[in-house]
Amino acid sequence: MTKWIDICSIDDLQANSGVCALVEGKQIAIFYTPQNNTVYAIDNYDPFGKAQVLSRGLIGDIKGEPMIASPLYKQHFSLKTGQCFEDETVKNTVYAIRIENDRVEISLEG
Amino acid sequence: MSKKQTLIVIGNGMVGHNFLETLVASDIKDNYDIVTFCEEQRAAYDRVHLTEFFSGKTAEDLSLVTENFFEGNGIKIYLNDKAVEIDTANKIVTSQQGVAISYDKLVLATGSYAFVPPIAGHDRENCFVYRTIEDLEAMTEAAKTAKVGAVVGGGLLGLEAAKALQDLKLDTHVVQFSPGLMSAQLDDGGAQMLANKIEALGVSVLTSKNTTKIVDGTDCLHKMVFADGTELETDIVLFSVGIRPRDEIARCSGIEVGARGGIVIDDQCKTSDPDIYAIGECAVWKEQTFGLVAPGYSMARTVVADLSEQHAVFEGADMSTKLKLNGVDVASIGDAHAKTAGALIYTYQNGADEIYKRLVVSEDKKKLLGAVLVGDASGYGTLLQYSLNSIDLPEHPDSLILPSRSDESVGLGPDALPDSAQICSCFDVTKGQVCSAIENGCTSLASLKNETKAATGCGGCTALLKSVLDSELEKSGVAVNTDICEHFAHTRRDLYNIVMVEDIKTFDELMDKHGNGGLGCDICRQAIGSILASYWNEYILEKDHLSLQDTNDTFLANMQKDGTYSVVPRMTGGEVTPDGLIAIGQIAKKYKLYTKVTGGQRVDLFGARVDQLPLIWKELIDAGFESGHAYGKSLRTVKSCVGSTWCRYGVDDSVGLAVELENRYKGLRSPHKIKFAVSGCTRECAEAQSKDIGVIATEGGWNLYVCGNGGMKPRHADLFATNLDKDTLIKYIDRVLSFYVRSADRLQRTSVWMENMEGGLDYLKSIVIEDKLGICSSLEEQMQHVVDNYQCEWKTTIADESKLKRFRTFINSDKTDENILFVEERGQIRPATEEEHQHLALSEDA
Repeated sequence: MTKWIDICSIDDLQANSGVCALVEGKQIAIFYTPQNNTVYAIDNYDPFGKAQVLSRGLIGDIKGEPMIASPLYKQHFSLKTGQCFEDETVKNTVYAIRIENDRVEISLEG
Repeated sequence: MSKKQTLIVIGNGMVGHNFLETLVASDIKDNYDIVTFCEEQRAAYDRVHLTEFFSGKTAEDLSLVTENFFEGNGIKIYLNDKAVEIDTANKIVTSQQGVAISYDKLVLATGSYAFVPPIAGHDRENCFVYRTIEDLEAMTEAAKTAKVGAVVGGGLLGLEAAKALQDLKLDTHVVQFSPGLMSAQLDDGGAQMLANKIEALGVSVLTSKNTTKIVDGTDCLHKMVFADGTELETDIVLFSVGIRPRDEIARCSGIEVGARGGIVIDDQCKTSDPDIYAIGECAVWKEQTFGLVAPGYSMARTVVADLSEQHAVFEGADMSTKLKLNGVDVASIGDAHAKTAGALIYTYQNGADEIYKRLVVSEDKKKLLGAVLVGDASGYGTLLQYSLNSIDLPEHPDSLILPSRSDESVGLGPDALPDSAQICSCFDVTKGQVCSAIENGCTSLASLKNETKAATGCGGCTALLKSVLDSELEKSGVAVNTDICEHFAHTRRDLYNIVMVEDIKTFDELMDKHGNGGLGCDICRQAIGSILASYWNEYILEKDHLSLQDTNDTFLANMQKDGTYSVVPRMTGGEVTPDGLIAIGQIAKKYKLYTKVTGGQRVDLFGARVDQLPLIWKELIDAGFESGHAYGKSLRTVKSCVGSTWCRYGVDDSVGLAVELENRYKGLRSPHKIKFAVSGCTRECAEAQSKDIGVIATEGGWNLYVCGNGGMKPRHADLFATNLDKDTLIKYIDRVLSFYVRSADRLQRTSVWMENMEGGLDYLKSIVIEDKLGICSSLEEQMQHVVDNYQCEWKTTIADESKLKRFRTFINSDKTDENILFVEERGQIRPATEEEHQHLALSEDA
């Protein structure tokens, strides 16, 4: 059974924007799109800029695929798969995340 | 091994200098030791735009010599030394100061002199010609005590000179010998219309006046007496009746000169001595002299080609001209006087709008022979192409000059032009060259200008160049997609207008009504965030706007490479009190911030974690500071020199004005960052001419420069208006900035905006100064709205608990980012390098 870790209330999230959570020593960027009541979780580390900043990027979509643009050098990462749009060899880790009873929960299991 | 030959150029005017530039850019530059003599104290400058000297341009602005040109290319220049003798037998040039140099090849570019008619009294005090910067300086000096000025000669240069006298605030008269102005270029109808327009501008025009003598005046210094018995009193007389080739050095050296003067040249620009060439206004080719620079440049190219042993022929030059005289458009093409046998004439005269147009066409109505345009020269480019390329005229040639009453276009599409068609006459750029530059990737007007030099001279061909660009891009299937991104099928300008017209206040609303319904992206979110902020100027961290802001705006600080931020408090005009400076120092010390003085005259504090930002700002605000907007695409700083308050040379209070301007425009969100500077005198210590908005104090008021840029591709700002009082200055800046905010592309600096603007500086002036589009009051209102709704975003943020939550590093923990590591360097912190990161991590593990 998947182990879900409680992070915060849904009210702590920023609509169409990101926050960062510290989960078992890992920095995870969490994005929230209220239009479809969906949350996304992706490793906060920017592999190009080599800094923990993705939670502070701009959210959007590329041809319908939700993505985050790095605030440092503007590479785009899919919020669904972590795949970088500019460089097919780079993929960030994404995590399972859900909203249960207005609480946000993350699972670190693959 | 062949020894280098010596090539001497006599004369460093526009054509002589163009020859040097062409030569050093060619393959044969290393074949010659190059020497040039320049009798003036200044090396080449732009004589065509000499009049701008009066509207504030300096001798440096007019200079044509790029930095290090002579030294860098190994050219020896003798300034202030006139070549006086050529010993053609021994091939030696001797100068006035006794320099004697042997040559292998010699190029004469001695130019021309202004002809002064031998009227009695022509050499009286304050009688000038209009030719060199020294002439202009002498005129300016004389004008200080004068009230009335008269120009003798109603040709092109004479009318320019009249503008100069008017700029010097003199009561100005133009005295013309023949019955009409610009008699070489215009027919009677055109000349009459031009005279009406010039008179409406406050210059009196006297035609058919033959000046017989100049004697003492009663009210003024001089009295000019005319053959018809009338008289004119004036303090200054300016002769501008024509130019004569300067051929004296050829004359006294046995080189052939023409019957009416000028050094005779053949099709290769060679004189009667095969090692000596002559180019520009000193030369006479097939009994014609050419008083324009374009033919001179063409001769320069011919000589370089001939020296390169390439076949080159000078084939004469088209003398068509278009110019703006005191805001009046005048153009003349080809056979304006209909001297060709059988020529037919079409005339359009509109007395109400003061427009006159005349076409001269061939007997069979197939070809355009000439044209005259006064009051509206917009058709010049098209007509010139018809004439130069012998393109067949439309069935009804008069459709080319009649106003179009419907949307039908009567212009000549760029596709109709052959590849050989000359687009830019200043730099001889053909349509073929433009097209190949486009093929090679120049897809914007700015890059095309940069690559081909087209439209960088007089700028008259800009619209034509743009139409060739658009047409080529369309043909090559590079759909000219100007959509801002996949989410909005609109340009930034469209979106701005939509926001304005539909009163749209949020991104979501705009997406609903005009977008594709998606989430948007970093391009449209940011662009629309900026548009909404420019137009409404609401708090940018408001719930609806928060997610639109880029990295820096969203935390009101500048993100650095390691994810920490820098903090910049505003110091208007670069002014700071000792207490303020101490407070900043103490805060920087407390939070261990790296401290550096910026180029914009303020202090930048680096290395703040996101959670420290509100704490730091609380202290800064308590010490009296406010946000410096260093994080925004917005007004950054207004740099200033110390000005007349302290400086021995200061003409006006530059710091005071800088503070006022910065306080007015602070917080203005724009397509890109905006920088200002104000200098207190023409020494220009604040470097205002490299800023988006630059202001320089002069004795007569403030001079305004616009659209300059430092950075990767520096651009000198354009002089926009001169001698302004403060209210007018602010009005103009309001309008320029509002118009920029409305019409620029996203992330487009004012410099590129200007480069891409069809019609360029003149167009911007027509909108901002003449209010051609009737939008000035709306532009001013828009700016006033922004000014009235200014807030310090940090003050608002600190006061709102709910906003502060975002500044935590983690939503679920009070820990800080362990990835941020600093090391010390020169007594301050800096981010650890990747290597140091690994090293520090290892030592922790151990």
